Amino acid sequence: MLLYDQRYRSITIQIFALFLLMLGAAWLIDNVISNLRLLGRTFSFNFLSQTSGYDINQRPIEYDSTMTHGRAALVGFLNTIILAIMGCALATVLGVLAGVLRLSNNWIISRLVTFYVEIFRNIPTLIWILIFGAVMAESMPAPSAFRGDDATSSMIFDAIAITNRGVYVPAVLFVTDLGYLTLGPVAPSLNWLLVIAVIVASLFANKALITHATRVQNATGIRPKTWWKSILILLVPVGAVFIALGAYLEYPELRGFNFAGGVHLRNSFLAMWLGLGIYTGAFIAEIVRGGILAISKGQTEAAFALGLQPGKTMRLVILPQAMRVIIPPLISQYLNLTKNTSLGLAVGYMDLRSTLGGITINQPGRELEGMLLLMAIYLAISLTISGLMNVYNSRVKLKER
Amino acid sequence: MSDTHANTVAYVRNEMLPPSDAPRSQTGAVKWMLENLFSGWANTAMTLISLLVIWWALSSVGPWLLNSVWTAGSLAECRAILDGATGACFSVITNRWHQLLFGFYPPHLYWRPVLTLVLLFVALAPVLFPALPRKLLVLSALYPFVGYHLLWGGSVWFPISVALGFVAGFVAYKLLLKVNNLLAIFGAILGPVLWWMFVAGQIDSALSSALPLGLEFVRSDRFGGFLISLIIGISGISLSLPIGILLALGRQSDMVFLKPVCVLVIEFIRGVPLITLLFNDSLLLNYFLPPGPAFDLILRVIIMVTLFASAYMAEVIRGGLAALPKGQYEAADALGLDYWKAQRLIIMPQALKISIPGIVNTFIGLFKDTTLVVFIGLLDPIGLSNAIRADTNWNGIYWELFIFIGALFFIFCFGMSRYSMYLERKLKTDHR
Repeated sequence: MLLYDQRYRSITIQIFALFLLMLGAAWLIDNVISNLRLLGRTFSFNFLSQTSGYDINQRPIEYDSTMTHGRAALVGFLNTIILAIMGCALATVLGVLAGVLRLSNNWIISRLVTFYVEIFRNIPTLIWILIFGAVMAESMPAPSAFRGDDATSSMIFDAIAITNRGVYVPAVLFVTDLGYLTLGPVAPSLNWLLVIAVIVASLFANKALITHATRVQNATGIRPKTWWKSILILLVPVGAVFIALGAYLEYPELRGFNFAGGVHLRNSFLAMWLGLGIYTGAFIAEIVRGGILAISKGQTEAAFALGLQPGKTMRLVILPQAMRVIIPPLISQYLNLTKNTSLGLAVGYMDLRSTLGGITINQPGRELEGMLLLMAIYLAISLTISGLMNVYNSRVKLKER
Repeated sequence: MSDTHANTVAYVRNEMLPPSDAPRSQTGAVKWMLENLFSGWANTAMTLISLLVIWWALSSVGPWLLNSVWTAGSLAECRAILDGATGACFSVITNRWHQLLFGFYPPHLYWRPVLTLVLLFVALAPVLFPALPRKLLVLSALYPFVGYHLLWGGSVWFPISVALGFVAGFVAYKLLLKVNNLLAIFGAILGPVLWWMFVAGQIDSALSSALPLGLEFVRSDRFGGFLISLIIGISGISLSLPIGILLALGRQSDMVFLKPVCVLVIEFIRGVPLITLLFNDSLLLNYFLPPGPAFDLILRVIIMVTLFASAYMAEVIRGGLAALPKGQYEAADALGLDYWKAQRLIIMPQALKISIPGIVNTFIGLFKDTTLVVFIGLLDPIGLSNAIRADTNWNGIYWELFIFIGALFFIFCFGMSRYSMYLERKLKTDHR
């Protein structure tokens, strides 16, 4: 019998288990079909092309309530991505800073950073988001406090206004408008695309410069000075583009009961950004600290024995090895932060979950399709990030034997 | 000549001088401060900035805390007592702490959740501290049933008949072990399932009608506050570890059909936010189950949270398994141990030891994630804080509630992380 033969036993059990699993899946799908029939509904995604009828306060692309549910979902998706990128940036800066400072010899600052790390790691992120939401809405001055000669609040550098309706920062505008590039549903401004293209080109040029310097060093033993060339390559073209397009800053101004002009960062966005960024920063601090501590002291001693200076030891010996330890958990923190953006509902941030997974699925009553689509999008984001991580991992992996 | 001699003698010392003290800068507090706080200009700057931050925090929060009011009946009353001064209004906690802790659990039954919590520590003790006698583990095994009965109440025979299902599985295993190893495992799985499907209900109703024993029944919607976080958190924690181990073993195995299934489950669950899974609980479950009344929301949430944590746990344990040298597997094979014995005696003890920090981090993450149940309408502490703020007496109170809730979570999570450090130190066997 198949069960008693060592060669087939595993396969037999697996087929049996697989059969049970498929039976279960079939049961679930059968339930869905009969439930849908009971409700008199079909399974279709055409609600995405119906008029949404609701407004979204933060719109990275053009949107109003006469547009479709699909468009609303796209706005939500972009909001999610914006929050995720900004949050990851804040978390990385804070985390690296805190991770290094926690290892510092300075007693008081290492205790202070420990306090930050422990208190943020051990209290749920949802509470932090709500706290930052309350700080923004309750503790900041109203726009009217900026008015008149006896104003109780003033703008920072006459440029940034922090009010209980959000933060107003200067916006970068251009005199020359190159128009828009129409790419299906989105139409990015050509000005900004040009700026981004120039920055990317400068980065590549800089990389070529460094590669060249390394080649010269390998051939002659003398490394040419590159820092001023790097600075020139990185800054001059971008500056030239900004000047050529006539870039200027638009400052927020108090008009009527509120500020106008500049960029308005809403409370919902700020609460999410600060809550997620500072919370995740505490985790990144621990990862950075662990990464640096994971490199054994022998490495430093070996580098010193080779006659490397402390700065070079850090740059050439410790950091490359520490990065290998730091990067994978770091990416997984980025992933967590991206998934945590779905808590936007708590403070009314209109992310993908609040648009597609919130109002849209409630309005036409398409929970099943909406939730499936929502999960598929989140899954796609996560798999993309973790795919990139796997590529990186295989590139930096220790090549043994 | 004699003069010079006399003079030279005058320069010779007859007794030792007492040793002078070390320079001020090399001793005591001054030395410590010079080394740890002011050793360079960068360090000095950081110290000054830190002191500034601490001073700013203390001067803005200190008076607020010192002036706190603990006895008022509403926020307006608080403000009247403070009379314009800055001060916290912790009266909201003295007024509503029972709600934040127990939700709408009947007040005369508060002793039951408290006793459950006390018993939890009794049941955990033999698991956490190996110095205690092993026989005490029986208490840990019985705890889920006792805990369930204490919290929900109802007939005492229901948890007993459910527990008997495990006994049935054990008996079936022991009996079939004489026939065949594999058959015994089937028996251990099928025994309880058959028992629960066909026997348990009848035993329950028969014994309940014959001998109606039990505690007052409390409906699930009366549960709330920190109690609900603890119930979901602790059930999730204790269930996710075994499921996670199985998933990790499945992913590490070479089973052609089951390995992809495990990978799919793990990657799917890790790829979506917990909140979408919880929404599935409240919105989609009706589609996936046969028509009829949905089963208990708390139970559904526990299942989802457990699945979610299991996927993360599986990855943590897989890391531990991967970190184990291949020689350990080969040694187990060389000793002639079968798969399960090798896992139980050689692989798992080491793999789990390696992954303790990750496991505890997953536990802490799970416990913190229980706050997300507020989005599907369960009244956890955050949901109750919203409800309290909706009361006209306490409209506009934020910080005091956040501090109280945050402190509750902090105590539990910090305790868990400290225990994991203790465990790591205790299990450390390398010689460094």
